[in-house]
Amino acid sequence: MPAAAKQAVQTGCPITIQHSLTTIHPNSLGRMGQRVGICSQIVMSSIGLTVNGKRHELAAAPDTPLLWVLRDMLGLTGTKYGCGLGLCGACTVHLDGEAARSCQAPLSSVGKRRVTTIEGLSVDRSHPIQRAWVAEQVSQCGYCQPGQIMQAAAFLAKTPHPTREQIDQAMSGNICRCATYQRIRRAIERAATEKA
Amino acid sequence: MSAGVSRRDAMGAAATLILGFSLPARGRAELTNRKVNAWISITQDNRITLFTETPEMGQGTRTANAMMLAEELEADWSVIHVEQAPTVPAVYKHLTTGGSDGAASTWLPLRQAGAQARELLVRAAAEQWNCGAGDCRAESGSIIHISTGRRLRYGDVVEAASKLTATELSEVRLKTPKEFRIAGKSMPRVDTPAKVDGSAIFGLDIRVPGMLFAVIARCPHFGGKVTSLDTSDAEAVPGVKAVFGVPSIGYVPAIERNLNVAGGIAVVATSTWAASQGRKALNLTWDKGAGASESTASLRQQFQEKAAGAPTVVTAERGNVVVALAGDAKKIEADYEMPFQAHATMEPMNTTVHVRDDGRIEVWSPTQGGDLAQKTIAAVAGVSRDNVIVHVTFSGGSFGRRYQWDYLAEAYQVAKRMKVPVQVMRTREDDIRHDFYLQYSYQRLTGAIDGAGNIIAWSHRTVSTPIRSVFDSPDLLRDPKHGAESLDSIPYEAPNYRSDYARASSVVPRAWWRSVSSPFQVFAVECFVDELAYAAGKDPLEFRLEHLRGDQADKAALRRVLQAAAEKSDWGKPLPANHGRGIAGCRFGDTYVAHVAEVSIDGDEKPRVHRVVSAIDCGFAVNPDNVRAQIEGGINFALTPVLSGEISVREGAIEQSNFDTYQVLRMKDAPDIEVHLLPGEGEPRGGVGESGVPPLAPAVANAIFAATGKRVRRLPILRVV
Repeated sequence: MPAAAKQAVQTGCPITIQHSLTTIHPNSLGRMGQRVGICSQIVMSSIGLTVNGKRHELAAAPDTPLLWVLRDMLGLTGTKYGCGLGLCGACTVHLDGEAARSCQAPLSSVGKRRVTTIEGLSVDRSHPIQRAWVAEQVSQCGYCQPGQIMQAAAFLAKTPHPTREQIDQAMSGNICRCATYQRIRRAIERAATEKA
Repeated sequence: MSAGVSRRDAMGAAATLILGFSLPARGRAELTNRKVNAWISITQDNRITLFTETPEMGQGTRTANAMMLAEELEADWSVIHVEQAPTVPAVYKHLTTGGSDGAASTWLPLRQAGAQARELLVRAAAEQWNCGAGDCRAESGSIIHISTGRRLRYGDVVEAASKLTATELSEVRLKTPKEFRIAGKSMPRVDTPAKVDGSAIFGLDIRVPGMLFAVIARCPHFGGKVTSLDTSDAEAVPGVKAVFGVPSIGYVPAIERNLNVAGGIAVVATSTWAASQGRKALNLTWDKGAGASESTASLRQQFQEKAAGAPTVVTAERGNVVVALAGDAKKIEADYEMPFQAHATMEPMNTTVHVRDDGRIEVWSPTQGGDLAQKTIAAVAGVSRDNVIVHVTFSGGSFGRRYQWDYLAEAYQVAKRMKVPVQVMRTREDDIRHDFYLQYSYQRLTGAIDGAGNIIAWSHRTVSTPIRSVFDSPDLLRDPKHGAESLDSIPYEAPNYRSDYARASSVVPRAWWRSVSSPFQVFAVECFVDELAYAAGKDPLEFRLEHLRGDQADKAALRRVLQAAAEKSDWGKPLPANHGRGIAGCRFGDTYVAHVAEVSIDGDEKPRVHRVVSAIDCGFAVNPDNVRAQIEGGINFALTPVLSGEISVREGAIEQSNFDTYQVLRMKDAPDIEVHLLPGEGEPRGGVGESGVPPLAPAVANAIFAATGKRVRRLPILRVV
């Protein structure tokens, strides 16, 4: 563990939350009207993080993966844990618009990059990828789908007219055990067509 | 209160018609004791909520069940709201799903419940208009006076309807299929919106006030134990609140089930990350236990001995196989082997439990069985079921895994020590190393064909590590026949037929995996019939059809799906070099399904599956697009054990731990799939969640033979050499 991280770990608890203007009490209400955050012992030197356009100051160990910051500190549970090793893509978010595995991104590595999660992709499921996902009825259990959608959205932004081979290559880092792969392909093709 | 209709909405003045029973957990109204498996709530402002029993784990039953209710209720599909019914044992009897029966088992009761509500609403409107009920009809959430066109919305008459006596369920008039507007049409899933914007709540997404997070260090060797433990480093990790041992749980008499809870060292912390960091800091040594000598190689040796030795039980015997095989007929012998497979649901096992000060236990769990989860927690805790509240969340996949209760019981063990809500989660490594795997199987088939190319003998020895011995009661297990995993018949005509079973032992836990024993049974039968066809010099489809003659519905249905899959896949038409087509079909439950796989082998000797064409007959398809989706998913799911997936054993522990070592299907290897639904009349006869799985492996293996002339009899097929 890097010295700075070690010091941070030794001095702090990874889940006390501060926002830019007001410090949120650890038992304050988060997403779904439920309280988030439990530990209130030690406030560490804070790390700034911009998620879905909102600035947060977070007292967290710098090596805490972004995934757990999102899920356990900010209550943004749309981003999923699947493997913890960057093998399955369930935790995919955007860092400045680029798809990234949040389980492999220590908080300290995010820097000034803007984080976008599934909750921030659109306010009303209106992103072309989300609309295509509904039209093709992709989701089964749905657990991996936020990661699939974030991966597809970043891919399509860069590759507006993808070939099937490009789709397969871009999406093969994302596992779906319900195995909705054929419908994911069709949804990406549909979104590409409808955007064009 | 009359006939099970309650009418108080505890939330306010609005009247609510709740047929069957009400929802104290949600504060809607008081309980009644009617045993109707349907939930319909209508408020005066026309909010219609349908409650469905079946947990939604991806299979789409929530939508299918809502379609059945809405069809007979004449509800406006675009405005209904659907919720998971809560665990109230006096009312909700079947909050469990398994065996792909979620549509077939609810088809009658849910439509009856919908029709009963519709009749009440129509009668209430008729009374208001001073006309007969026959002068009115229901449509899209309204009652229409036929001659005048006057219209009342359901909410306008719900209070009056709630005072009427409901018609007995068995007496209500159900719509004929010709009148269906919803059932039988492809409807969008009701859970899709929440599953594209991140708002769907799975077990791991539960956040309740004051909660803590925990992981458990379990001995990687099944049956092993902790020999030394130093928790001081773990306790020093910031955020770690407690470190303590949790005992194993075996057979629980109250539920007649072995829970197979491994036990271990729990680390409880303020976040998931802190808990996992704490666990890493544990200084632990393990005794590997009695299973330390077990490995995949030792299992294979055991299987091969049992394939040749005496059987545990003879399942079926017709004619005389020994005599038939001793004759001059052409004989074929083949061994088929399929290793353990993990479920590897995308959402790993987890449960959140709060052992409350008032003595009640509140549970949030992604489970296949809300009522069984409740019984299990009650039994482990030694309290009555009424004191256990189970909230069934969405499940991030199940495939049979969530029909085991180990992960619930261990969450209770941890939570009872903490007195605050605790979410006990498994990391991917925990989940893959502590699954209840598809059983390891080894089958020896011996067959003979006569000069005309007819099967005259079929002998089938099944050896497996059976699932039942893992969790059933000692009483049941005393019967050597209990849980034998051999077939008692094959669909193909064979005058001399024998099937027997030899039980193998293993320390590795096993249980239901998508389609249970069928993945290996159908693999062997459908590969072997293919081998016999080639030995007879016949086309594999024609050979099957010749051995499926006769009027029996069973044989006719299998013929139809085989023929349909063949026709839609251009069976018999030329293919490029190194390409081949293979066919396989089966009955699973009351569903018939056949696949044709098109495969190529390139220079790297790796098989590639390009296309799978499937034909399915499941009776009436409530939501046809969802039937297609389930078969697509089943085909893809079944490709993992065919192309890459293997759970292997070393020193009584699982060698794989994450998606780098247990390699599941990814998009680059996902074939084009066409699913053809055969017209189904009447009712939904068979399930669809599992049916797509069994014929896939043999279809691919048979296609590899067609492409290369080489038989592959052990899965996964990593190389064809």
